[in-house]
Amino acid sequence: MKHTIRQVFHSGKFVFGFSIFVAVLLIVIVYPLIITDPPLGIISQGTFFEPGIYVNVYDSIGSERYILNLDDATANRIAGRLGDKERLDMKEWLLAYGIPESEIDIADTEQLLGLWENHYDPKSPIAGMTNAQRNYYIRLDASLGGLLSTEGAIIAVNNPDTGTLEEKKVVGQSDYVNVGQVANVRVLPLGTDNFGRDVLTELVKAAGVSLQIGLVAGIIATLIGLTLGLLAGYVGGLVDDVIMFLTNLFTVIPGFVLLILISYSIGQERRGAATVAAVIGFTSWIWTTRAVRAQVISLRSRDHVNLSKLSGHSIAYIIFADILPYIASYVVMALILQISTAIIAEASLSILGLGPRTSEVPTLGLMLNWAFIYQAHILGKWWAYLPVLVTIALITFSMNLMNTGLDQVFNPALRE
Amino acid sequence: MPDERKVCLSGSGLTKVFGFGRQKTVAVDHVDFSFYEGQVVSIVGESGSGKTTLAKMLLGLISTTEGEVYFQGKKRDISTQKKRLEYWRNIQAIFQDPFSSYNIFHKIDAVLLDCINMRGGRKLPYAKKVEMMTQACAFVNLKFEELTNKYPFELSGGQQQRLMIARIFLLKPKILLADEPTSMIDACSRATILDMLMQLRGEIGMTIIFITHDIGLAYYVSDTVYIMERGKFVEHGTADEVILRPKEAYTQRLINDVPKIYEEWDLSTVLPYKYGG
Amino acid sequence: MSKVMLEVKDLTTKYITRFQEDIYAVDHVSLEVEEGKSLGIAGESGCGKSTLALSLMGYYFPPLHYTSGEIIIDGRNITGMDPDDVRKSILGTEISYIPQSAMNALNPTQKIIHFIEDVIQAHEPSQTKEEIHELARGCFESLGLPASVLQQYPVELSGGMKQRTVIATSVILSPKVLIADEPSSALDVTSQKMVIKMLKNLMEKGFIKSLIFITHELPLLYNVTDDIMVMYAGQIVEKGTAKEVVFDPLHPYAKGLMGSIIVAEEGLREHKLTAIPGVPPNLKDPPSGCRFAERCGYARPECQVLPVGLRDLERGRAFRCLHLEKELRDAYRREGELNAR
Repeated sequence: MKHTIRQVFHSGKFVFGFSIFVAVLLIVIVYPLIITDPPLGIISQGTFFEPGIYVNVYDSIGSERYILNLDDATANRIAGRLGDKERLDMKEWLLAYGIPESEIDIADTEQLLGLWENHYDPKSPIAGMTNAQRNYYIRLDASLGGLLSTEGAIIAVNNPDTGTLEEKKVVGQSDYVNVGQVANVRVLPLGTDNFGRDVLTELVKAAGVSLQIGLVAGIIATLIGLTLGLLAGYVGGLVDDVIMFLTNLFTVIPGFVLLILISYSIGQERRGAATVAAVIGFTSWIWTTRAVRAQVISLRSRDHVNLSKLSGHSIAYIIFADILPYIASYVVMALILQISTAIIAEASLSILGLGPRTSEVPTLGLMLNWAFIYQAHILGKWWAYLPVLVTIALITFSMNLMNTGLDQVFNPALRE
Repeated sequence: MPDERKVCLSGSGLTKVFGFGRQKTVAVDHVDFSFYEGQVVSIVGESGSGKTTLAKMLLGLISTTEGEVYFQGKKRDISTQKKRLEYWRNIQAIFQDPFSSYNIFHKIDAVLLDCINMRGGRKLPYAKKVEMMTQACAFVNLKFEELTNKYPFELSGGQQQRLMIARIFLLKPKILLADEPTSMIDACSRATILDMLMQLRGEIGMTIIFITHDIGLAYYVSDTVYIMERGKFVEHGTADEVILRPKEAYTQRLINDVPKIYEEWDLSTVLPYKYGG
Repeated sequence: MSKVMLEVKDLTTKYITRFQEDIYAVDHVSLEVEEGKSLGIAGESGCGKSTLALSLMGYYFPPLHYTSGEIIIDGRNITGMDPDDVRKSILGTEISYIPQSAMNALNPTQKIIHFIEDVIQAHEPSQTKEEIHELARGCFESLGLPASVLQQYPVELSGGMKQRTVIATSVILSPKVLIADEPSSALDVTSQKMVIKMLKNLMEKGFIKSLIFITHELPLLYNVTDDIMVMYAGQIVEKGTAKEVVFDPLHPYAKGLMGSIIVAEEGLREHKLTAIPGVPPNLKDPPSGCRFAERCGYARPECQVLPVGLRDLERGRAFRCLHLEKELRDAYRREGELNAR
């Protein structure tokens, strides 16, 4: 046993897959201990906030100010408000207005702004301009207000007694705050989803739930497969025929269709994570049964089994002591495969809306489901679905890699 | 002194058919035989002759399609696990591949302990069991204290097979079925195995049934030889009768096809080619 | 004095394991096979006879490595030749090799004639298909195999027939030396006899000039080969004519081996089978002295330590022992008398 374990950890593929898997597990376990927010808590008002660092503006006003004189500060500021698109639009308007092209240089901000201020008139008729475009230019003009000014912004507070605004503070253009000193800063590495939930926290929780569902479903399927396979293979005869008949039944009806039908008929209210896991487990044992049965059939005519019989051992003893250890490695690999297919089965079910109830726990599939319903892919909000896909891929990849590594350990003929 | 005219194991019309309809194979075809106490019998046949199937039927490991087996004159009844256990106290086996006879996950002690348990010694104190196991190993020139707690792969092929014989020593069955016991053993160690089996037979009057394709081996060890071809016994008699003065054409051909060193080996009797052969 | 077809001088080859250990599977082996003669190499599993066969052809691939010695085929020294060159210029035309269970190498989806075409075209690309067919037909008929076999698939043939087909194919280009490694051990006795008869025919009909037959079954060697060489733990321990080695062995291991032969003949009745206790030494760390000493019933204390060379007697007879021929014969005679009492 010790020797086997040593061999297993010598296998590069197994170690690599195992490390990835353990890393995922550690994150799933340790993250909620550090970040204790409820994963399904809605934290944003509005949908699909981009990933980034969110700094509370109110707190930053009150934070200690530091003056930094940076060369590119002004350029950055202007570039933020006046991008290339806006400059081209302005040039277009000016050309349409009648300014000769030679006088317009979009790279020269001052000149461009000067020309604009002198000539822009929302009411001037430009041929071929639609209403929408006209409104656009009005908005553009409004946003340009004060672009070149070097004055700071004034923070004023409402005086409860006099009802007027009193100047409280001036925020200069070179004033900086240290983010670490701002009271409320929230890092959202993966932004928020359509409901306004922190995608990263949700993802970690969902990965944990999916893994649990996968584990439960995988164990159920493997146990059923092992038992049926052992009985069918060793006892043979009528028992074998009945079990094979059942297996064929389940083969003819595609497992996934069966899964959908059962899920649907259970109904949303009764579909918790555990129920879904059970359903997946009870519909995916076919492959394991067949594989175990084949192995057992080849094992039962071996000499050591015959010798056991001649030594007076019972059927139960022979199955547990003479057959089971010989297929143990096979069963471990089957278990890993079942877990990884169960995770994908749950994800597929959830994408269709037939997975666990949406109000209790998130699962990887549910997150994908929400992302697609709310059209994240069309809107280009990649953080709502891409990380989920990567997580599913990582989990199943690491498990399959472990399996391949184990296969090479147990079957020397496959070693390179 | 075992009564050598007393029939130990006999069979009449013993048949085994596999499959059904047009694809059925008759592996053993209505064989009759009588083996006596203390006798050494060899069942000689080429591969496909049905000898292994017959051996498994005699052991009670597979069912018979037709015919009866008689143990000590009475019809054999192995319908329940209890009756089977009773039968297996009297008939045991040694197989061809010594390594595959062991459960690789168990230490070799388990094999010997199982025998002690089968003989009703489960409740004996451990020290007494060790004594019995040491004695059994000594019979086959092995030291129990060197082998205890070892796994099968730590022993050589010869040692593994000798341990199987130690097992027989512990069980002391009336009949031993040896299926090619020396074919996977080095030539230099074969004599050891055969001598030990013969010694057992001398001490406890055990009937030994060798199953083999090696007619030389059959000649060396047996009192009686049965020749099996395609599920039937085509000839039987004493070793000298069958091998030095064979009557049936099949037997004659079989003997001629084995290389000889004391006499001239006539290669001209190679049959001409037949389609499919 | 006939031409020497294959001459091997002091050949040593080794296996290098995964853990960089050297295992000298063939240790300073010398042998000679003359035209028209056949040599049998006998030994039990693990003695190095199959490794010797591979080494004789100069066909080395890791983990098998050549260490020292010379191989000369019909005057042509092929020591140190690149395995690719060996395959192109030596195999099939000068030396042919039939590995154990060669019949399992037949492609089940190819007719026999296509297999033969591939083999011949690999070694002599100049032959046309018609020439090959003619050659194959002639060869098969001459060896007693019906030409109809050429148009069949391997699965339609019995084990014995497949093996004979492979043997016939390997000699189509008339190699000078044929090396057959356990050609008949996977077959039943009747097929075995056919294969043996064919091997004897090969030399009589002139397809090959000499034969090396490797097996652990001594009665076969006795009936096929002129000379026998016994190998133990990578070394030759006895050499001589078949009759000498089988009925008058000198080396204690050879004596034990011959004493364990079982045949279905009356001559066996008076003979008690001998057994040799123990197992062959581990070649990773061979003893410095005689490799058989720890199992030998005639060993003296110095046998385990002093290096032992082959002691040459007249006419190609040799054995590897510190004892003299007379000492061994006396010891055997005394033992024979003791056993008779």
